Amino acid sequence: MEIGLPHLLFVSTALFFIGAYGFLTRRNMITMLMAVELMLNAVNINFVAFNKYLWGGKLDGVFFTIFIIAIAAAETAVAIAIIIHIYRDHSNIDVEDADSLKF
Amino acid sequence: MEFKDIIFYLIASLILVSGLLAVTSRQIFRSAIYLLFSMMGVAALYFWLQFEFIAAVQIVVYVGGIVVLIIFSIFLTHRVGSDLPEPTYKRSLFAGLASLFAFLLFWSVIKRNEFYGDQPIGELSVHRIGEEMLNYNQGGFVLPFEVVSILLLAAMIGCIVIAMKTNPVKN
Repeated sequence: MEIGLPHLLFVSTALFFIGAYGFLTRRNMITMLMAVELMLNAVNINFVAFNKYLWGGKLDGVFFTIFIIAIAAAETAVAIAIIIHIYRDHSNIDVEDADSLKF
Repeated sequence: MEFKDIIFYLIASLILVSGLLAVTSRQIFRSAIYLLFSMMGVAALYFWLQFEFIAAVQIVVYVGGIVVLIIFSIFLTHRVGSDLPEPTYKRSLFAGLASLFAFLLFWSVIKRNEFYGDQPIGELSVHRIGEEMLNYNQGGFVLPFEVVSILLLAAMIGCIVIAMKTNPVKN
């Protein structure tokens, strides 16, 4: 069987739910951030694969991928700044312990 | 099986196995290294699809930027060598079941769907990407390009403000 779009969609779907599993099980903020990065990568694979196999004349999927990568970089930088700030206050970065905004 | 197919299966197994190890490893530093391998696998997949520019951007931004940033923040916040706590049995069981069933649902939908429409991929040169990026006619991408530049500036200033060491206030 020739490698086609379904194979790529299998990879991206599996990677997305691996990331979802990590996001649900981990309780450390940095590892949760890593799980989110895996999910964003899965979405990027989807965009590129659809652009390649179904929308060959245009480049819309490629541009969405580029913008997602830029936004993911900004998101990671802000998230790590927040994590370091929380670490200074609480001296650990477990999500269960960061509850000082709880009413 | 052709050579190209074998390469695809190798890349796919690299992505999935190292992704799975990245979310299950008990040592956070190893987890970051597995994440790095997974990102490299995704870049290799873009090379396999002959999207060289996206692959280069993936390597520069993810492998060279984000993973290095994550590793630095691990060094700032963790004692190297200490293990992460094991997730509770109940939580990992239910998270695993939820992910598995969601995956099977999505996969059954993809399996049943008929994909059609294979226009040949046009020439994908960096030249064309640059022209589309600054094209202000219908279907051009100059507005999102400018918005992303503002976003990156805002994120940069925001990071500096958030992570800046404040003077200890007496209270």
